Amino acid sequence: MSDINEMLIDSTKKIMRDFSTKETIVETENGIWPKDLWQIIEESGLTTVAISEENGGTGGTFGDAISMLRVIGKFAAPIPLPETLLANWLLADIGLRASIKPLTLSSIDEKDNFTFTEVEGGWSLTGASNYIPWARFVEGIVIIGTSEKETLITVVDPALCQIKPGTNLGGESRDFVEIQDQFIKKVEVIAVTEAVLMSNYYKGTIIKTALMAGSLERLLELTAAYTKERSQFGRPIHRFQAIQNHLAVLSGEATAAKIAADNLIEAVDTNSYETQAMITKIVVGEAASKSVPIAHQVLGAIGFTDEHVLQFTTRRLWAWRDEYGTESEWAEQLGAQVINNGPEEFWPFITALD
Amino acid sequence: MKKTTNKSTEELVDNFKELRNEVRNFIDEEKAKGTFEPQCDSWLGGVSTEFSHKLGKRGWVGMTWPKKYGGSGKSALARFVVTEELLAAGAPIAAHWVADRQSGALLLKYGTEEQRKYYLPKIASGESYFVIGLSEPNSGSDLASLSTVAEKVDGGWVLNGSKLWTSGAHYSHYMIGLVRTSPQDSNNRHGGLSQFIIDLTNPGVTVRPIHLMTGEHHFNEVILDNVFIPENQIVGEIGNGWTQGMAELAYERSGPERFLSTFPLLVELLRVIQVDPDRFAKIEVGKLVSRLWILRKMSISVATLLENGETPNLMAALVKDLGTQFEKQIAETSRLLVSSNPSVTSPFSSAFERRLAEAILHSPGFTLRGGTTEILRGIIAKEVVAK
Ligand SMILES: Cc1cc2nc3c(=O)[nH]c(=O)nc-3n(C[C@H](O)[C@H](O)[C@H](O)COP(=O)(O)OP(=O)(O)OC[C@H]3O[C@@H](n4cnc5c(N)ncnc54)[C@H](O)[C@@H]3O)c2cc1C
Repeated sequence: MSDINEMLIDSTKKIMRDFSTKETIVETENGIWPKDLWQIIEESGLTTVAISEENGGTGGTFGDAISMLRVIGKFAAPIPLPETLLANWLLADIGLRASIKPLTLSSIDEKDNFTFTEVEGGWSLTGASNYIPWARFVEGIVIIGTSEKETLITVVDPALCQIKPGTNLGGESRDFVEIQDQFIKKVEVIAVTEAVLMSNYYKGTIIKTALMAGSLERLLELTAAYTKERSQFGRPIHRFQAIQNHLAVLSGEATAAKIAADNLIEAVDTNSYETQAMITKIVVGEAASKSVPIAHQVLGAIGFTDEHVLQFTTRRLWAWRDEYGTESEWAEQLGAQVINNGPEEFWPFITALD
Repeated sequence: MKKTTNKSTEELVDNFKELRNEVRNFIDEEKAKGTFEPQCDSWLGGVSTEFSHKLGKRGWVGMTWPKKYGGSGKSALARFVVTEELLAAGAPIAAHWVADRQSGALLLKYGTEEQRKYYLPKIASGESYFVIGLSEPNSGSDLASLSTVAEKVDGGWVLNGSKLWTSGAHYSHYMIGLVRTSPQDSNNRHGGLSQFIIDLTNPGVTVRPIHLMTGEHHFNEVILDNVFIPENQIVGEIGNGWTQGMAELAYERSGPERFLSTFPLLVELLRVIQVDPDRFAKIEVGKLVSRLWILRKMSISVATLLENGETPNLMAALVKDLGTQFEKQIAETSRLLVSSNPSVTSPFSSAFERRLAEAILHSPGFTLRGGTTEILRGIIAKEVVAK
């Protein structure tokens, strides 16, 4: 993290309070682009954090970006900022300039869905995916695909694609995108290594954990506040021991997610972070799965309505825990690693993760 | 952004690498000599006065206290490193545990100079052991209702009553007892209580064994029948016992012993399943590992906050609540991953089966001792609502 961190967090919070309103979230989920919110995000330079100024970015570190995204998650902001950052970082890694405009990228897991075939003067790109975030709203889609020989990247204009809207559980755009024999000039296609792609996937995972840690913070605040406002049997419901038990469990999970994210934010700028990223995704995923049912239980019927803001947070947590690896997927990898290291190496492995 | 985690983390890596290696080498040597077999819940059941002496000689008991009292003047994080290494190894550290963790710290903070000079060096050498005299037959969670009384007499006080569940009273030397020095007052439930250092060899003190369901002799009833305690064995101020006792709670609840009690079983589990790990086993192990990681991070955050003079009671309670659930989860996951015949007594049981048996048989205590889960959750909820 750098010294721009505090400023960045403060200004992000202010923007979120003013612009990531209930109306904006609802409208965006109904397919309307949040013009004002995005404009201020763009003008504030948030779309290119952690990209050097020489490369057209705002500067700051990866840790800065992650702590900013925690705020974005807390306010359930309906914008493709995570995707734009991730796309920009990938472009920077392969030597392209960053864009301040909204971007998205196809999944690394789906690189075989898109094929590049060599033609005269360039490439012909064909393929489809039914899960590209925000495709219908962005100005560029970074497509990761394969040729016969290697993995290639290009930025495609969405106007040249066939796009059908879809959403995740959080109501966020996750669209079907089809590209048919699209000609792309040779200079616009760049080869990418597996290492760069994996690093970008871990960054995507870290982004998800930051968004989720922010959401869990919000979830605890909303739930605790409600137990003070709502009275039944003549007293605020937090006075009931069963509700206190719920609050305590929720608080434990939200705190675990917070400390995990704190540690990750510290780690990303100094250490190798792959193992911590996978552990943190498991921790926040489990925290989400335990906390969301509690919040809904405590808020009763009102929390189950579209009127109440709780659902912005709970539906996103449901969606995000599955994106970039479920708890099981990561736990299998982590478990395999630990088992493979052997019993004598286990404790040293844990203490080396400082 | 607060950078507390970062600082503590860096310290743990850089400053303590050497210390950590020193402890690991010591443990390896002792295991090679056959001094101990790793065991679950070793900070409760692993009593070896000989081992405690060895730790004392190395400066690993009372290590945060000033040198003039026999300590090593090290930081709380250094102590964290030493204790977590010993716990992870399942080493027998029960004898001096209470004295090192809380009695000494209490005397350092509230004791007279005479008391510090007399008791602390003995504790730090690993030879003097203390017990906690809080619970009574009619006062468990509702500690403030306790009824053991001290009556003022010439030159001191006379104590009458009974303390229950006192871990280790049968081999320890002193008890820090919380007793009533003025009558119960319903308007000030926490007033009128005071702390005394009670020499367990005093006339009038009877230590009656109570056996655990495993048959182990761990805790006791300590009966106080007209026990005279001289004035100079009062800790801190008369009437201030509750406040003094509570000040140590964050230390007591957030240390690595609150999530590592069954760690030796986890190591044995890995040994058994490494032969042929399937997807299910990997997932279950991965979940335990991630949980362990976050608990340790939370515990380190509390240690760092304490070091900076804060009292993070909420976080400390969370570490204990989540940590003790985790200790039980290790046993549950292990028995479901590997079918076996857990036993501590069978002559042919494997190390895995012995650790599993210890973990299961000791598990009820994890979520009771040091404040039950129910009580902790009440505290946590109140703090959350008050925020
Ligand atoms: C292994 C072990 C070692 C111990 N060592 C010591 C020691 O060295 N010194 C010492 O003084 N004590 C010691 N204790 C005692 C320990 O502190 C008590 O067991 C604990 O405080 C609970 O008291 P109790 O057992 O009397 O249960 P109770 O307080 O009678 O509780 C019974 C049940 O009721 C629940 N309950 C009680 N009050 C409430 C409430 N207000 N709301 C909701 N639920 C409630 C409890 O959570 C529990 O589930 C030890 C205990 C164990 C298990």
